[in-house]
Amino acid sequence: MSYLLGSGLTRFGRLEGRNTLDLMTEAASAALTDAQLERSEIDGLICGYSTTMPHLMLATVFAEHFGIQPTYAHAVQVGGATGFAMVMLAHLLVASGAAKRILVVAGENRMTGQSRDAAIQALAQTGHPQYEVPLGTTIPAYYGLVASRYMWEHGVTEADFAELAVLMRRQAVRHPGAQFREPISVEAVMSSRPIASPLKVLDCCPVSDGGCAFVIASEPGGVHPVRIRSARQIHTSQHVTAAPNLTHFGADRCSAQALGDAGRSLADVEYAAIYDSFTVTLTLLLEEIGLAPRGRAGVLARDGHFDRDGALPLNMHGGLLSYGHCGVAGAMAHLAETHRQMTGRAADRQVARAGVALLHGDGGVLSSHVSLVLESP
Amino acid sequence: MKPDGVFQAVSARSEADLEDWTAGVPRMRAQHCGVCAARWLFRREFCPHCGAQPPQALALTGLGTVHAATMVHRAPDDQFRSIAPYALVLVELDEGVRVMGHAQRGATIGARVEVSFVEIAGRLLPYFCLFPSATSLSEARPASSSE
Repeated sequence: MSYLLGSGLTRFGRLEGRNTLDLMTEAASAALTDAQLERSEIDGLICGYSTTMPHLMLATVFAEHFGIQPTYAHAVQVGGATGFAMVMLAHLLVASGAAKRILVVAGENRMTGQSRDAAIQALAQTGHPQYEVPLGTTIPAYYGLVASRYMWEHGVTEADFAELAVLMRRQAVRHPGAQFREPISVEAVMSSRPIASPLKVLDCCPVSDGGCAFVIASEPGGVHPVRIRSARQIHTSQHVTAAPNLTHFGADRCSAQALGDAGRSLADVEYAAIYDSFTVTLTLLLEEIGLAPRGRAGVLARDGHFDRDGALPLNMHGGLLSYGHCGVAGAMAHLAETHRQMTGRAADRQVARAGVALLHGDGGVLSSHVSLVLESP
Repeated sequence: MKPDGVFQAVSARSEADLEDWTAGVPRMRAQHCGVCAARWLFRREFCPHCGAQPPQALALTGLGTVHAATMVHRAPDDQFRSIAPYALVLVELDEGVRVMGHAQRGATIGARVEVSFVEIAGRLLPYFCLFPSATSLSEARPASSSE
């Protein structure tokens, strides 16, 4: 058991003149304020990585910059799963007694700190250096391959995928920090610029600048604590060419184990925060975890099932697809929003009940998984 | 999958036996384990399933079935931008090994395909055509082909 005491989330989008350390600092300061803690009360630091500021020792670079001298500090790298993997590590560390109050932080000027080509090429390197990357692959291409197979096996259509993009935009409209807040239609998604079929540009998350941070502690404190009940990981492969199965990635087992550890089942989940790098990612994870029947996520999204007032509110900040994706902090925004929802501070996005939340993130091409279960105190 | 005996097992003691298109040799090679019969593409000096060593080289015919397909419109760099859009496929080869390659249009999921090796964006890459081909290979290949 551990406690999330505070969270800090910056606006995502084009944040000119802000570098990695600036964005990490802004998020970390907000998280400490939210937790009602001083810097000197932090004894552990876990940070992610930044493609615009590659460094062998980013955690201690940040510790020095921010002005803390933790007794435990290092960086973590698991691609898109990094944010939740850091939370799991902090959860385990405070339970072990290695630290009492851990700052988990990430930030990156992924949008303005490099060219679009540089960002796309850096991310494609998760592919195999001899058998994939030289073919001219991109992350959208890897996910386009997965999407084609998922459509073929489960009868999902491009319009079904589009419903998830429309849903995430509908949520983002109510968040002032979201990168994209103009409502979109299924038709707009369907007619948007092709990227890697069947994915169009509105099926893909944007590249953003932003930061996010949490304080995770062994004891409750501050005025907004929520309990982290359980955390699990599964890593099934690295490369899409070597994936054991292109339509079944291990998210079901990972989330079921996390729920089981918490003594919960899917039926108990009142709020969901699911990784959504592409519409196919969100569709596949919702359906594999069991939050939607196979092939039905799009229909449920269209019918309001995942809306604020629906049966299972999902990614109320707009997710990676509309709040934005700045790397490690991208998925952390899902937890920052979950924290707001669970503590009744989500303004007009506030859902009726968020007492039990299930979060799931993936890294690579649905190859690395982390599930978290949170409960209101 | 065909029985094991059909495949041409090659000694893995020589690096040359494993050379394939990634080293500029226009052919496909995989590895297989003489103990547990596992087969895989990415080079190792041991079997990733049972740990036995050394593995053997496995010659691949390049015939298979399209498992997944995408048309890439947004290329990663200028070289690939010049040939975009281009089709990428994952092919389940008849030997039971999955590989990625370029492909001719129309190589959709379930289609039978055969590999050839073509210079694309300045490098020798696997290029899958429908099998048996409806058109000649030269017509199916991209304009940038040098073969």
